[in-house]
Amino acid sequence: MSELRPELAAIAGMIRPGTRVLDVGCGDGALLHHLVQAKGVDGRGIEISQQNVNACVARGLSVVQGDADTDLSEYPAGVFDAVILSQTIQATEKPLKVLTDMLRIGRRVAVSLPNFGHWRVRTSLLLHGRMPRTRTLDYNWYDTPNIHLCTLADFIDLTRKAGAVFTEAYTLDTHGRTTRIRPGAVTSGFFGPNLTAPGAIFLLKKKG
Amino acid sequence: MAEHPRFSRPVTAHEADKGAALRFDTLPLDCGRALTPVTVAYISHGTLNPDKSNAILICHALTGDQFVASTNPVTGKPGWWVSLVGPGKPIDTDRFFVLCANVIGGCMGSTGPADIDPATGKPYGLTFPLITIRDMVRAQKLLVEALGIEKLFAVIGGSMGGMQVLQWAASYPESVRAAIPIACAARHSAQNIALHEVGRQAIMADPEWKNGEYANHGTFPSKGLAVARMAAHITYLSEAALQRKFGRALQNRASLSFQFAPDFQIESYLHYQGAAFVDRFDANSYLYITRAMDYFDLAAEQDNGLAEAFRGSPTRFCIIAFTSDWLFPPAENRRVAHALNAVAGNVSFVVIDSDKGHDAFLLDEPEMFAAVNGFVEAVAREAGLP
Repeated sequence: MSELRPELAAIAGMIRPGTRVLDVGCGDGALLHHLVQAKGVDGRGIEISQQNVNACVARGLSVVQGDADTDLSEYPAGVFDAVILSQTIQATEKPLKVLTDMLRIGRRVAVSLPNFGHWRVRTSLLLHGRMPRTRTLDYNWYDTPNIHLCTLADFIDLTRKAGAVFTEAYTLDTHGRTTRIRPGAVTSGFFGPNLTAPGAIFLLKKKG
Repeated sequence: MAEHPRFSRPVTAHEADKGAALRFDTLPLDCGRALTPVTVAYISHGTLNPDKSNAILICHALTGDQFVASTNPVTGKPGWWVSLVGPGKPIDTDRFFVLCANVIGGCMGSTGPADIDPATGKPYGLTFPLITIRDMVRAQKLLVEALGIEKLFAVIGGSMGGMQVLQWAASYPESVRAAIPIACAARHSAQNIALHEVGRQAIMADPEWKNGEYANHGTFPSKGLAVARMAAHITYLSEAALQRKFGRALQNRASLSFQFAPDFQIESYLHYQGAAFVDRFDANSYLYITRAMDYFDLAAEQDNGLAEAFRGSPTRFCIIAFTSDWLFPPAENRRVAHALNAVAGNVSFVVIDSDKGHDAFLLDEPEMFAAVNGFVEAVAREAGLP
């Protein structure tokens, strides 16, 4: 199979072998397949695209066709060691509810997201006066699935609201390569990752 | 103790493999009565491996039978699921020991209303006890145990067969490694009960039905059973498929006849379906088996909803639904997937785009084959099966 995207490889690095993992918005199942094969996890997926689901099941993955916005509330509390949300939160209808549900059903939550506060995005809007299009967010404003874009600082506010604490944080460059950072550093200073990083990965858990 | 099964309708393909039948002393039923004795007719393909870990049980639908992958001795037609089951197919008979049993209440060798009641020496007719999906599964469990199989590699079936799959997983979770319920539901809907009642009333309204004792009178309610089948057959298709296949095309004529003789191809097609059905199926079996489906509600066995039926289940599930199936729509299948999610069950849920209606599960649906194939491969890897 093809090499795992660097960003997915970074998430995979956070997953403990042999544990039970839910990948929310698992796409074609690349990460899930890797986790099952390389780490022997009991991997489950939920994916909105019927075509992707069928492809996942055809490669032997346990994936259900469903919607993170509505279907996560059905899962019982604490049944997954880790719940993954990779490049999906900005496409959900109720990001706070999705995040809250994930923190309830998983002991650890890994979220990766694009940063709408990145300087390229900011300058694009400032200079052109039109909704920015970037390499990772290459859509017209009227047909984008990304209905809830946010900056890393916005996301950190959301995690506080959801009652989460950070255990690990990584910045993502335009190629999806990761750099580990101190979780508190994300919003520190004007020239911090909220301005400089195209995206980030956070590992969260519920406070207390 | 194996014997040849006795079919209630005449055999036309004498050279066909008729399978085998096992007789058991008694089968207690949900209604409080028992079938004493009970016969389970079945057929098998492939070879059971030494540790008996490669058995796949196929559960058939309402009017199906055990002849899943070989010529049907009564109709002379190929098995009803040759698209999925056979050498090199997703359910590979070169690799697995594939088993399919006629349901009790049926008319292809398992004890049913056309059989002689040993207590009276006469055909059961309506004295046959009301049976349930769980009773059918109990009978299959007797068979599976008699063959020395402790744990089935997989149980698979569509429609009523899928109901049996769900019942297997709920009743005997430790005996089912993988469950593949297709185009089914954990309960029969009001609409489906209504449709069944129309069929039953058509049979009972036929004067030849004789309160179910047609065998004693030398009659057969062919007209009623054919009407039941015609009505049911419409529900197995979809409006789009009917329109595509038949439209308003006329049958062997250039213009409307201004009579009630079949003008349209769809009419003539339904007449054919009805006529072919009465040659292979018993009217009372149709009454009993439709009733068993009506009674099916897996959640009713539980105090706290459907999810409880699967709590702690070690079984891996692969649920498959079809977009145009209005008999067991994707939403009903999704309900089962959600119940499994609620107990953190291991479930895959696939919805396949098809305009062929409920019958899609019997047809050439490459996405279904791919899903079954991928799922079976993954479970086989897990089980360490070559």
